[in-house]
Amino acid sequence: MKSITSKKQPKNIIPAFGINLGITIAMLSALILIPLASILAYSLRLTPGDFFRTLSSEPVRFAFGTSILCSFIAAFINAVFGTIIAWVLVRYSFPGKRILDGLIELPFALPTAVAGITLSKMYSTTGFIGKIFDRYGIRISYTHIGLTIALIFIGIPFVVRAIEPVLEKYDPSYEEAACMLGAGKTETFFKVTLKELFPAILTGFGLAFARGIGEYGSVIFISGNSQKEHTQVISYMIMQKLNYLDYGQATAIALAMLIISFLLLLFINIVQIRQAKRKGA
Amino acid sequence: MNEKHTKPEKAVQIILILISVLFITVMLIFPLFSVIINALKKGFSFYLSALSTEYVLSALKVTLLATGITLLVNTFFGVIASFTLTKYHFRGKQILTTLIDIPFSISPVIAGLSYIMLFGSLGIAKPLLDRIGAFLGTDIQIVFALPGVVLATIFVTFPFVSREIIPVLNQQGSEEEEAAALMGAGFFTIFRKVTFPHMKWSMIYGMILCASRALGEFGAVSALSKTRGQTFTLPLEIDALYLSGTADSIVASFAVSSILVLISILILILRNLFEYRAKKG
Amino acid sequence: MYVQLEDINKTFGDYKVSDHISIEIEKGKLVALLGPSGSGKTTILRMIAGLETPDSGKIFINEKLVNDISPAKRGIGFLFQNYALFRYMTVYQNIAFGLKVKKIPKKQIRERISELISLTGLDGLEKRYPSELSGGQKQRVAFARALAPEPDLLLLDEPFAAIDAKVRSELRSWLREMIHRIGITSIFVTHDQDEAVEVADQIIITNKGRIEQTGTPKEIYKAPQTPFVSMFIGNPTIIKDYWKLQGFEKGNYEGAIIRPEFVEAFKSDNARFHKFIDCSDEGIITDILFRGNNLELKLDVGGVILTAHRSLERRPVSIGEKMRVIIYRIYAYDNEKTYLLENEELLKRDVDNTHLEAYLYSKEGYMIV
Repeated sequence: MKSITSKKQPKNIIPAFGINLGITIAMLSALILIPLASILAYSLRLTPGDFFRTLSSEPVRFAFGTSILCSFIAAFINAVFGTIIAWVLVRYSFPGKRILDGLIELPFALPTAVAGITLSKMYSTTGFIGKIFDRYGIRISYTHIGLTIALIFIGIPFVVRAIEPVLEKYDPSYEEAACMLGAGKTETFFKVTLKELFPAILTGFGLAFARGIGEYGSVIFISGNSQKEHTQVISYMIMQKLNYLDYGQATAIALAMLIISFLLLLFINIVQIRQAKRKGA
Repeated sequence: MNEKHTKPEKAVQIILILISVLFITVMLIFPLFSVIINALKKGFSFYLSALSTEYVLSALKVTLLATGITLLVNTFFGVIASFTLTKYHFRGKQILTTLIDIPFSISPVIAGLSYIMLFGSLGIAKPLLDRIGAFLGTDIQIVFALPGVVLATIFVTFPFVSREIIPVLNQQGSEEEEAAALMGAGFFTIFRKVTFPHMKWSMIYGMILCASRALGEFGAVSALSKTRGQTFTLPLEIDALYLSGTADSIVASFAVSSILVLISILILILRNLFEYRAKKG
Repeated sequence: MYVQLEDINKTFGDYKVSDHISIEIEKGKLVALLGPSGSGKTTILRMIAGLETPDSGKIFINEKLVNDISPAKRGIGFLFQNYALFRYMTVYQNIAFGLKVKKIPKKQIRERISELISLTGLDGLEKRYPSELSGGQKQRVAFARALAPEPDLLLLDEPFAAIDAKVRSELRSWLREMIHRIGITSIFVTHDQDEAVEVADQIIITNKGRIEQTGTPKEIYKAPQTPFVSMFIGNPTIIKDYWKLQGFEKGNYEGAIIRPEFVEAFKSDNARFHKFIDCSDEGIITDILFRGNNLELKLDVGGVILTAHRSLERRPVSIGEKMRVIIYRIYAYDNEKTYLLENEELLKRDVDNTHLEAYLYSKEGYMIV
């Protein structure tokens, strides 16, 4: 027991280390790790052939394509607007700012199913926004556009909340220094401030992207889930396979999805570690 | 020199604020109002009767039950885990922290799937579950039953409380606890007298976030709950009503949604009230 | 010996923080562990407290082996660097904590606390929270809290680090007086030599996980034994070609250390130094710093920059001015030891057997020059 903490680590003086660590690991294992491991365990029963056949079947391929592409576009749009909103919320003061700031969290607080049906209704040809676009022959609900809008909705707080704290701590003396050196305001923003914010924007982008790829509730209503129009997303695919009790295919898709989320998580961690290092320097 | 700069600067400021306000209005506020408008489309008495069907009441009960148990479990875990991760020194701390955050980065549908793969008919723990059931003389059902709904809800909100507490305790450091331990205080005394006052607000904040997500969870629960009127939660009931597709049932689904919207707004307000205290520690 | 460390070794990863450390501390002494950061001084303190475990070696407190005794049972009061006051407890509750944990009756607790409060001058602050206290008051609370359970040994980790320079010297003498009045054996860690010299009865100098020298402040100051100590203590200038200075010959040394008080700089027309002018070098003033009660001169002596102090009462000097410079003595060092070398020219010339230094700074001599 002693060897865990001796040598490299300082000694634990606060009592009850063992039992607390035990409870933490036990609960984490029972509730999260073992269930997830059972997906892995089940997928071991699949042959590589099964695995690749599932992933290369047309609907699955398109579902991955749709999820990744729409999430990417939505995350990109969020990165742009999220930066503007974070900037406005941190740098300017105007009436109603606090309410605006609070509203950013709405997608976190609003149940995804509620967001899903509302967006779907709003942007349908009978909905009050969808109607306007329909006049010009643009359909939003049940198309990739609608899907992307739902993903923008769900992703915006990730970007804003990733940038805000960095912008708050960001020392305006950098900007002042750039100004003193003769740079214009616009130039200063793009060459100095944006560069400084970039890791935070990237983190927010990554989080929104990751959330988008796994999103279910808010997208399934607006996407229409049409195989013909390729508006099925990955999580819908998994749910469909589950409903057909096709556990093999469901786990194969889930495994691929887990790998993607893992890679994204790794990416975000690397960005954050590099950011932390730069700050330390 | 300065005079010249001010005017275009002011213009930029106004444009940026307008963009933000417009974005937030269209993307976030419109959907909110859309729910309320759609819910009241058929008058107030219809609204009330839509809320008092047997299905809705059962769903409300299940939702509250699942949220309540989730809050208990995740708060207990969050408190213990954050104490363990911030007050003790041990190897693998970083890995443990990352593992706790897993539910954040994976699709809720996968959370549902993982419990099916563990406890479902083909699940790894199914034989064990049957044996325990036989011993107790009952048939233990987890998947497609209430325990499954509760477990899925716990899974997706698992890191919410610990994530809020950890940064606050990290900032506090562990000197106070070490000093108390050095004077011979036991774990419970240290926790109650020294640590808990520091984490109190962030714990409440985390619980608000956890409750908010638990009330609205859709994807994970949807994979594990198939019986309307018994194991359906409010979001599932909304889904069922919406997909029934009749004009009445769609309005009813918005009526049910409106409750969750009101709760979300309440939660948003609570969040904003508590956020400041929580971050301050 | 009250506290005794026997051949203590401790590594953190690849880094040796304690390298065969042996220390003996007498009962009732106030001892400073002095060294640069990373020298292993805090680790020694934490090992005595039981907050760290040595890899090998024995620790005795009051003749009792305490290696396997938990920190709480060693009878130690510990003052953390940032005091680690309980932020959600009042001053009273902070001081009472250790007593409550020991399940001492309420009445006794109340008596003990009022005694400590008046001892530390915290009267009237009982109901305040730490955030409402000044740095000095916080230290007093931490001190009272550490003393409340009547420990036999008091350990202090950088007790003045968190305090403003202004109040620091006041607190130093307060703490020194307090500890002596109570008579408790105390060990404190510091990286500040002034602090160690001013407060401690005995100083232990650490460097790279080893003990360099142990002694009273005066011994350490007057007779540094290792190159490290001579370079660490005082305000030294390190020079390699010391033999270029008047009065010193080349020996088997690596280099030498000159403290400001070993350097005398005077104007060449100064009559008082007339006799000694040929034991002096020429130095050009490169910088003058005002140090409040005196001036600090930087002098370029044949390419070596030396520091000298100059009284404000003496004639004014200016940058670029040529001065004569006499070095009374230096500490020469080799790999292991330090040697005191007196200025030989000066000794030869000292026919009256009165040290120039003593003569110059005698009452009559000082003011005129």
